[in-house]
Amino acid sequence: MTPVSINTGRLRSPFYPRLAELDSLNTWHNWAGYSSAEALYCEDMEYFAIRNSTGVFDITPMTKYRITGPDALDYLNRLVTRDMRKIKPGRVAYAIWCDDQGQVIDDGTIFHLREGEYRLCSQERHLAWLTTAAIGFDVTVKEETAEIAALAVQGPTSYSVLKNMGIDGLDSLKPFGLIHHQIFGTELMVSRTGFTGDLGYELWIDPDKAIDLWDALFAAGKLHGIQAIGTHALDLARKEAGYLAPFEDFLPAETTVRTGRTRSPLEIGMEWLVDFNKDNFNGRRALLKEKAEGSTWRLVKLDIEGNKTADHSYIYADDKKNSDEIGFITSAAWSPVCKQNIALGTVRTPHGKPGDNVWVEVYYQREMHWNRVMAKATVVDKPFWFPARRGMTPPAPF
Amino acid sequence: MIDKYDAIVIGAGHNGLVCSALLAKAGKNVLVLEANDQVGGAAITREFADGYSVSACAHLLYKMQPQVEKDLNLNINLASDNLSTIVLSEVGEHVTYCGNKVTGVNESDQKNFAEFFKRMTRFSDLLNTYLNKPPPRLGTKNKKDLFTLAMLGFDLRRMGKVEMREFLRLIGMNIYDELDERFESPLLKGGLSLDSVLGTHLGPRSPNTILTYLFRMAGKHGTLSTPKGGMGSVTKAMSDSAKAAGVEIITNAKVKKVIIEKGTATGVELNDGTIYNSEIVVSNADPKKTMLELVGARNVETRFTHRIDNIRMKGNAAKLHIALNKLPTIKGFSESDYSQRILIAPDENYVERAFNSAKYGESSPLPVLEITFPSIKDSSLAPSGCHVMSAVVQYAPYQQKSDWNEEARTNFKNDIFSVLKQHMPDIENCCLSSEILTPLDLEKEFHITGGHWHHGELTLDQFMFVRPVAGSAQYQMPIDGLYLCGAGSHPGGGISGASGRNAAQVILKREKR
Amino acid sequence: MKKYDAIVVGAGHNGLANAAFLAKAGMDVLCVEKNDYIGGAAVSRELYQDWKYSNCSYVCSLLRPEIYRNLELHKHGLQITPYGGSVQFMENGDYFGSYHDPEAAHREMARHSKHDADAYTRYSTDTMRQCRLIRNFLLRTAPDPTSFKPRDIKELMLLGNKFLELGEDRLYEAIRFWTMSVADYLGEYFETDVIKTALSGSGIIGTALGIHSPGTAYVLLHHYMGDVDGNVGSWGFARGGMGAVSNALAGALQSYGGEIRSESGVDQIIVKNNRVQGVALESGEEIYAPVVVSNMDVKRTFLNCMDEKDLPASFYNRIKNFKIRGSSGKLNIALDGMPTFPALPPGSELIGHADMHFIDSMERMERAYDDWKDGTWSKDPYIDCTIPSAVDPTMTPPGKHFMSCFVQYCPAQIEGRAWTSEERDAFTKSVIDQISNYSPDFKDLILHVETRTPQDIEDQIGITEGNIFHGELTMDQLLFNRPVPGYAQYRAPVNGLYMCGSSTHPGGGVMAAPGANAAREILYDLKLKNTVPENFGDD
Repeated sequence: MTPVSINTGRLRSPFYPRLAELDSLNTWHNWAGYSSAEALYCEDMEYFAIRNSTGVFDITPMTKYRITGPDALDYLNRLVTRDMRKIKPGRVAYAIWCDDQGQVIDDGTIFHLREGEYRLCSQERHLAWLTTAAIGFDVTVKEETAEIAALAVQGPTSYSVLKNMGIDGLDSLKPFGLIHHQIFGTELMVSRTGFTGDLGYELWIDPDKAIDLWDALFAAGKLHGIQAIGTHALDLARKEAGYLAPFEDFLPAETTVRTGRTRSPLEIGMEWLVDFNKDNFNGRRALLKEKAEGSTWRLVKLDIEGNKTADHSYIYADDKKNSDEIGFITSAAWSPVCKQNIALGTVRTPHGKPGDNVWVEVYYQREMHWNRVMAKATVVDKPFWFPARRGMTPPAPF
Repeated sequence: MIDKYDAIVIGAGHNGLVCSALLAKAGKNVLVLEANDQVGGAAITREFADGYSVSACAHLLYKMQPQVEKDLNLNINLASDNLSTIVLSEVGEHVTYCGNKVTGVNESDQKNFAEFFKRMTRFSDLLNTYLNKPPPRLGTKNKKDLFTLAMLGFDLRRMGKVEMREFLRLIGMNIYDELDERFESPLLKGGLSLDSVLGTHLGPRSPNTILTYLFRMAGKHGTLSTPKGGMGSVTKAMSDSAKAAGVEIITNAKVKKVIIEKGTATGVELNDGTIYNSEIVVSNADPKKTMLELVGARNVETRFTHRIDNIRMKGNAAKLHIALNKLPTIKGFSESDYSQRILIAPDENYVERAFNSAKYGESSPLPVLEITFPSIKDSSLAPSGCHVMSAVVQYAPYQQKSDWNEEARTNFKNDIFSVLKQHMPDIENCCLSSEILTPLDLEKEFHITGGHWHHGELTLDQFMFVRPVAGSAQYQMPIDGLYLCGAGSHPGGGISGASGRNAAQVILKREKR
Repeated sequence: MKKYDAIVVGAGHNGLANAAFLAKAGMDVLCVEKNDYIGGAAVSRELYQDWKYSNCSYVCSLLRPEIYRNLELHKHGLQITPYGGSVQFMENGDYFGSYHDPEAAHREMARHSKHDADAYTRYSTDTMRQCRLIRNFLLRTAPDPTSFKPRDIKELMLLGNKFLELGEDRLYEAIRFWTMSVADYLGEYFETDVIKTALSGSGIIGTALGIHSPGTAYVLLHHYMGDVDGNVGSWGFARGGMGAVSNALAGALQSYGGEIRSESGVDQIIVKNNRVQGVALESGEEIYAPVVVSNMDVKRTFLNCMDEKDLPASFYNRIKNFKIRGSSGKLNIALDGMPTFPALPPGSELIGHADMHFIDSMERMERAYDDWKDGTWSKDPYIDCTIPSAVDPTMTPPGKHFMSCFVQYCPAQIEGRAWTSEERDAFTKSVIDQISNYSPDFKDLILHVETRTPQDIEDQIGITEGNIFHGELTMDQLLFNRPVPGYAQYRAPVNGLYMCGSSTHPGGGVMAAPGANAAREILYDLKLKNTVPENFGDD
């Protein structure tokens, strides 16, 4: 008997050596079993790389599943709420999937790599659900997280950086499009996707070529302000873009113990992703019923007066005494780029219609002492940050 | 042929026939589609050797719901009725029980048996009330569901404190401990153990076997009879009744799929491409076959599919048919004994040991048997002077480690014969020909997934509120217009017609809405 | 002769907890114990010089934190230290480890099956839902469903409401969970045999059922519903051995003025005119009190220590047929050092710190049960093996170790007759051999072995058939059916006589809930102020 040696420590992405070189803070946390940096040298500066030049974030830990087989399209169409028939090869879809009761399990992106061949990416691990969903379909679901190294390259100069690297076809690459490019003797996939709400791309490559890619990228970006960034910077950017994070703004239904804590897509502002006109999909019956009878919760984006961040605050209705507690904040931040006090929250219907005023009970600490303010807030229906460059094709060079 | 039917029933098993007849009687235009060339599903008479016929699957009637007989004006011609059960003893000191009487045991066992029988019939009567109506949903605010639940509570309480407590204690319990508490005779305990585990993947020590026993007693308190002409005559009578009510039955019509548009069933398509339209499609097929093959996972939800896939429905009962040139000798048997129900189950531990093998995908080397010689009271089943033996043999697990290859079948047959020989020393000389139907064969012949008689184990986790699966116990499947009416739905197996009748009630109520 | 307010028979953990709560309410309480040490099955005994043996119960998780806190057990020396993970040694030389840290656990599970590693999340979520449900009822008296008393109806409605709170879909899941077998339950989540095997152990520990027997999923829950500092399902060692639990409870009892008398076995519970009078000790001495509480299992209480004529016939018969089966035995071993386990990587945190199991397939698990049904011990047993001394330095001299092996299945009698010494040796050998298959130096390190068959446990501690739960945890003996229908509220059918052992709701394990619940009912009957804490609750 020879002992089976296993590494019981956190996994490291193939980019780890480069990240470690740049890291001066040593704040690593766990992301789906991998070490992921919270920040590398200064989270404020890293954030501005996203909004001002180019921030590079290692998304290798994102779980990736390859979906192939004759029924791949039918399988995905039953899995997610949007109509996948409309997603042609070379396109990417942001999608959400639900359990039988129409409660959100997770969101993610589905890449239509080639005809009939898909990759699904999500922050959390879902192999069990994806396998269960495959009962009755001629489809193969393969977990391939470790087989692909991936980087998010995000910010206004990202287009120029990649062009500098010699990547063709960027000029016509629209948001949610993908192209393949031969480099280092392998295939690099470039998709115009991201989690920052800004101009940006994601690069996908064989892990053996990860370091080559990193080095080429940073060489190409040297004059364009390229910076490696950590999770904190990204998290701030996603809040400005109004993107949701699982376990913060909603709970994955499969792992939620208490009844009533989960949310449907209609309750988290994702109705636009639900296509009742296509054939059956998971949760369809429940969601149709909910649509007819009305939802219990509504996700709100709040513009809050003042500058005190409203983390974990209660939300109250705008009545005489502000006495009706109607919900709570799930994500909050001071937006450096909008100079706004922003938050995402969940409130009971019928509260929280766009334009409604609500009150937020903010507790904040200054030099040990706690203070409390009731801040007025307005429900907005557009992302806080939505720059024109995000959708421009071709993007402007910088 | 009509362009559009009010309802299409897939499968002419007894529940499908009952359901179709009741729908037709209510004025519906009903079409029944049967894959095989005769109606009856698994309840048919089968000629297994030239001139020798038996009931192919179940060979005794004991659960037929009187209400079904009445509703369908069934006139079932019985070859024999009120059969006794004889548990064979190697030395000829058999134990015989019928109703609340038992012979061949000591006085205390006799007294206790009467008491046991009284209590069990009482509990099974209570159970039977609920077998004959669709189960309520739980956790909803629907008034009707709440009322049915309240009635259930009331009915329990009405039995009196002592009996209610006893019911709540026994309902999840195993038969082994209960028998051990009450009786001394190993043969009596063996026989009752077998009664509790027949057709299941359970041994007498498995909790839940009181429930299976009560289920057996429900309806007719376990009174046994055999129909003249075999089980096929029962389903023949049902199909006659259905036809008389206007039901159209097409045989050799194998359904390929249920046609579904936007979550609603609109008809069915046959293997040959023929399409029949209807707003109501009722499936007598088992839940797995219905949902995974005929409907397809893509048309239903993921967890629902998972639950259907997880239904435990792998059969353990094989059927042995023997053509006999004369009746075999059984020590201590009188002529009339041969026409009774005969069990080989010498004691409760023997039955449990037989079950052990099934857990590991092996057939029992010392199987338990339920034997009848139906030709004694029904000369139509065998040439004059000759006889047939029909036996249910356990355990013969569907998923046998050897996949039931020829060798495994031969070995199992040899094992059965050596057990038979202990009680019928001349059986081999009497045997003209024989056949064995394993659950695998039953699956092939009757299109029952897993070859399970009850279309799914009858255990509390697959019973009533959660049969066939959680959330779909009210016959309506999560597709508009699609219903189940087979044994896979509440209340479960046995030739009772209850599932078909309950399903028809639900369908007709929907129409009123 | 002094007369007490209450006499508790048996100084097991439930008896001590019960006595402590009664004493806290101001009652003059005496706890009598037959042995010359207290604790019943929660003891630390020096059976080999300088070694402390937790020679019966060996791990602690179910002990209700409400009771721990309320009786201030930390002040009386109790300290529970969590320990990490478990390991399943496999016949092919590999192993399956489970770790406290969820990520490490995921990685190791993914090594065997990526699917199962992800499925585990849903499995633990679903199981947690059932835990949250059952935990509501642990520190409550089970309502009598046949009763129309306001108190019962209120409790019944509370029970019903807790179920309704689950919502329709999860309500069905609960029904299924409570009735299915642990093998079927695990089969709905996992595909890998060794992973299922590792999880299935909790479904059979202490029962006379196999992993395929319906009802064993609940037994799994019974082992999951405990917690160490809010980490549900995790287990801990009591520092100083399990006797520390009993000593702390005894300390609490004495701090409230209660008395304990050891070497005072009760011969008879004295009853006059359907009213309890006190107890007669084996020495002949009689002690009187208007309230007698029995910590003994119900069979021992009513069949051995009472007169049949003092009890209603139907009750007596029910007790006679109460299922309390010897299904597990123990080996307690003093070791000269830490055995090596070559399958594990050197320095693995699993060595010594984990529950070790030497069985790797569901078929082996079930076959172990078949042996028991045939009236003999499992030749290839399920062993739950711990080395508490690796975590707790007070158990043994430095560098030496104490190993506790819980062994299943092991019958109370061999084919209906007493064990012979040869059979005992053969049983011991089958356990040691199984471990040796995975630890070549294990045998050489053994300094002393104590083998305990169910019969030994019964003889020494008094539990009928040495059943660790004082009665099978099957549906017919749970909640309002425990110990027997109609008597699930701790009151015996004799005025002033109560039951507080694990034969009563919510059952066995070092939980102290039966003792506490019985105290609440006694104080209710005496119209005294309740001292028993309520469930901490969870939104």
